[in-house]
Amino acid sequence: MWNFNHIASEIHEWLNSIFNPTWTLIIEMVIAGVAVIGLFAALGLVLVIMERKVSAWMQIRLGPNRVGPKGMLQSLADTLKLIVKEGLTPDGADKLLFNLAPFIAMIVAMLLMAPIAFARDFQMWDLNIGVLYISAISSMSVIGILMAGWASNNKYSLLGAMRSGAQIVSYELSAGLSVLAIVVLTGSLSLSDIIQSQANGWWIFKGHIPAIIAFVTFIIAVTAETNRAPFDLAEAESELTAGFHTEYSGMKFALFFLAEYVNVFIVCAIGATLFLGGWMPFHIGNWQSFNHVMDYIPSSIWFFGKTFFLIFVIMWFRWTFPRLRIDQLLNLEWKYLLPISMINLLLVTLIAILGWHF
Amino acid sequence: MFIVKYIKDVFGAVKSLAIGMKRTMYYFTHHKEIITQQYPDNRKTLILPERFKGEVVMPHNENNEHRCTGCTACELACPNGTIKVITKFDIMPDGKKKKAIDKLVYHLELCTMCNLCIIACPSDAIKMAQTFEHSVYDRNQLTKILNKPGSKIMEGVE
Amino acid sequence: MYRQTEIIKDDSLTTDGRGDLVINVGPQHPATHGVLHLVITLNGETIKKVEPHLGYIHRSIEKMCESLTYRQFIYVTSRMDYLSAHINNHACALCVEKGLQLEIPPRAQVIRVLMDELTRIASHELWWGAMAMDLGAFTPFFHAFRERETINDIMEETCGARLTMNYIVPGGVMYDIHPNFQKRVKDFIQLYKRKIHEYDELVTGNIIFQNRMKNVGVISAEDAISWGCTGPVARGSGVSSDIRKLYPYEVYNKLDFDEVLETGCDSFARYLIRIREMNESIKIIEQLIDNIPGGDFQAKTKNVLKLPKGEFYSRVETARGELGVYIVSEGGTTPYRIKFRSPGFSNLSILDHIIRGGKIGDLVAAMGTLDLVIPDIDR
Repeated sequence: MWNFNHIASEIHEWLNSIFNPTWTLIIEMVIAGVAVIGLFAALGLVLVIMERKVSAWMQIRLGPNRVGPKGMLQSLADTLKLIVKEGLTPDGADKLLFNLAPFIAMIVAMLLMAPIAFARDFQMWDLNIGVLYISAISSMSVIGILMAGWASNNKYSLLGAMRSGAQIVSYELSAGLSVLAIVVLTGSLSLSDIIQSQANGWWIFKGHIPAIIAFVTFIIAVTAETNRAPFDLAEAESELTAGFHTEYSGMKFALFFLAEYVNVFIVCAIGATLFLGGWMPFHIGNWQSFNHVMDYIPSSIWFFGKTFFLIFVIMWFRWTFPRLRIDQLLNLEWKYLLPISMINLLLVTLIAILGWHF
Repeated sequence: MFIVKYIKDVFGAVKSLAIGMKRTMYYFTHHKEIITQQYPDNRKTLILPERFKGEVVMPHNENNEHRCTGCTACELACPNGTIKVITKFDIMPDGKKKKAIDKLVYHLELCTMCNLCIIACPSDAIKMAQTFEHSVYDRNQLTKILNKPGSKIMEGVE
Repeated sequence: MYRQTEIIKDDSLTTDGRGDLVINVGPQHPATHGVLHLVITLNGETIKKVEPHLGYIHRSIEKMCESLTYRQFIYVTSRMDYLSAHINNHACALCVEKGLQLEIPPRAQVIRVLMDELTRIASHELWWGAMAMDLGAFTPFFHAFRERETINDIMEETCGARLTMNYIVPGGVMYDIHPNFQKRVKDFIQLYKRKIHEYDELVTGNIIFQNRMKNVGVISAEDAISWGCTGPVARGSGVSSDIRKLYPYEVYNKLDFDEVLETGCDSFARYLIRIREMNESIKIIEQLIDNIPGGDFQAKTKNVLKLPKGEFYSRVETARGELGVYIVSEGGTTPYRIKFRSPGFSNLSILDHIIRGGKIGDLVAAMGTLDLVIPDIDR
């Protein structure tokens, strides 16, 4: 029952038997699109309540516990509230860009779901340059933010969007370099190849020192990419500028909010795929019985477990650390993370050539 | 050397961050440290200390008698005119007139709970109650008459 | 957490003609300082000038006190600097007693000092939590409030209220301490000693906090004296200004505690001073809690207090600095004029001088370490 490939091929056979191949393709694309939107919505709900509960327990208080058992239906109440709110467009705002910006943020997030492998043989689009595709598309999220900041006709939004733009563009470099470390070890850009190469152990264990350094820089860089604390200057709540999404209310704000959470999910999914083995279970050397037990747990559970663990780590960062000042943030990137990533890349190339990894 | 200082900086920074994260993880896993009191549900077990300054009340005993002589010491002590004492003259059995309290008007909306009236009263007639939920929909309910209708002063209070 | 919106002066982008941006911070502030309106002139991210506009919470306390008797006006002063309410009341009571030339019984003196030090710890706890929250870490706020709530519970049991206590009267204290007081304070000391190292782990040792606060808002010693800064703001620059040591009142001259001085002159030095001041207050409480002398808790005074004709001044060390109370009396039952020298007013005036050339993040950090409570400034 857990074998998704079975379900996917069954649907494919059934559709093929009814319609001709072109129609089958179109209907499958529609199904995939609906599934992505459904996953988007479900993830948004789950992540909102997870964030609120995690933050509450770290702050020695209970989280939401009124709506539903233990407060689990809180996100439904939040969604309902955001839907019925009045959506204001400020006077003098650039109407086209103002309305377009949340959709760009969402579309980028949805496009990035394509190459991710959620379970064994369950990948929407296995392209041979998967990693490059992900880096390229995630760079486009800056456009949405800058559009939102400019089109709001509000100097606070503009300041926030400019800060955010500088931050994202800088941290993409470190993120890309740390991902390249794994690509060098694997020898291929395609995500399914990378996962296959971890069949005898996850890269974070096999690649010892350079892989761990790459992992740490990756986590820091993607926290900055998604504008999460401690790098959340763009939406700082207790500093004076209120961020690039000040002027948005109602459904458009909900879209930005959702896009941010789904971005966090996606970068954690990529981190899990590259460093923690994707849907590969946890094997230890030649402990056959242990590996056998691990194999029983379905691959989708492995994938989501690893991803949610990384999401928890990112939330943990948010509720422990204060935020950095803008010049300290850029300082960190250009003077610390970038040199370390570059030296790490040399190191990992050396290790890969000499075969000193497991 | 520059490289040595650089690496030391990096390790020092990561170590300080890790110590902070360990503390938050401790609180995340130890739920017995949670100190939230779930307020509207715990009204039955909520005990306020007896000196808590909630509102001013005049205790009456079982014969509907209080201890207020109408001396207006509380009205003079109050800083912002919260208490107004209205007196009347009672005819005593021996024909003399004696001042007695008719109504003690207490404006809860103006009271700052400073306790000056309680310590000014020479006959311990008023005390502070421990109620704190004073919100009402109609403002007139906040002007209270502290002595109950038909009550009179206790014997032997001067 | 939803932000409050800030009031913008014009609808369009305001500049002052040289390419600078003029923006408003507050008066409804997302941070917790109160209603402070700052008009900031920015060039990009660099601050060129800061102008505080005050008066949004001016309640004419000094004028109100002219129509209240000497017993009645003390409750109003709790609402001035509400975080150190006991200490404000203490200052007023000291001034009135100076005028009446009253002798306070030793038991009352010790109780007053105990309450003062507990209030000082509570105020510094809230400062710490709010400072961390301004800089972006939301967790220490809740940890700080756990200790502060314990102190509030102690106050509630003895004084009857948690914030505006009104427990100190001219002549002593209003009621004797509750029988549970000593035990609860000792429990609190144990709790505090268990939790104080967490403050170092979460905030003080954290590299991000240190980088946000070092070399930010540097006040030289000459500046601190010439602008009239007192309290931890002056002590951070090495200027010795603790009233408890320089002009001791009550039992402070018999106690063994250090005046905390730092020479760093920057925000981090002021931060460290307040953390160490909390430890010093714990030392004072430990020395006193077992040695409360017996006797009266209130000196015998007349019902109606009348100060002789003249001028009287007394000063105490609040959590923020030196609070001075100046009473001019014409011989009646109400004062002719009362003036409060509030510590926040002088501390705020130095903000423009120290923050020029800094960034907006520096403004938040510097304001946090100046520890402003706006009702204290506006009275």
